[in-house]
Amino acid sequence: MIRPSHFTSLLLVAIFASTVFGITMRDTPKRMLRYGLYCFALFVGSAILISWLMFFIAR
Amino acid sequence: MGTADNKAAGAAKNTYQGFVYLPLIAGWLVPGAGHFLLRKWGRGTLLAISIIALFALGLAMDGKLYTSAQDILDILGLAGDLGSGLMYFVGRMLSLGGDPVQFTTADYGTKFIEFAGLLNIIAAIDAHNLRTGRKQS
Repeated sequence: MIRPSHFTSLLLVAIFASTVFGITMRDTPKRMLRYGLYCFALFVGSAILISWLMFFIAR
Repeated sequence: MGTADNKAAGAAKNTYQGFVYLPLIAGWLVPGAGHFLLRKWGRGTLLAISIIALFALGLAMDGKLYTSAQDILDILGLAGDLGSGLMYFVGRMLSLGGDPVQFTTADYGTKFIEFAGLLNIIAAIDAHNLRTGRKQS
């Protein structure tokens, strides 16, 4: 059994989900890659942003 | 412009032969198989790796495979799991996955498995769209 951290889990989901989103939502390989990277950045960026918001709310 | 689009869609339709729902069903049963049937080898491989890896990681994290639907959340979880196709049924037959969620990572694992199923449905529908010509390439 493996026990990745919360952030590692987030990165894993972001990588695989962005791959599927990129391939299925766009037509050409170049646009697929760009959209996949965009989704990955949104996954990770929004998680970091929300984490900081929760950090300040908790204080 | 519209005429050119229609011609392109018609050409795509004529490229593939056979049962029109086969890529959809194959893609649901085995991740990436719908794209393999349409000779989209690279896309099919990437989809298969992504979905199978997410499902396997979920199981490795002791995630739960839903076996029954007692309430609305269980129904949603079961629907997500069923999206994985054969992987779900094989997992059930081999009694894989944890039963009660005892660790935080096991809860993440349960979500990984559900997410893999939902992504597999998206991939299967993409294969169907390629087959029918709704998606050009």
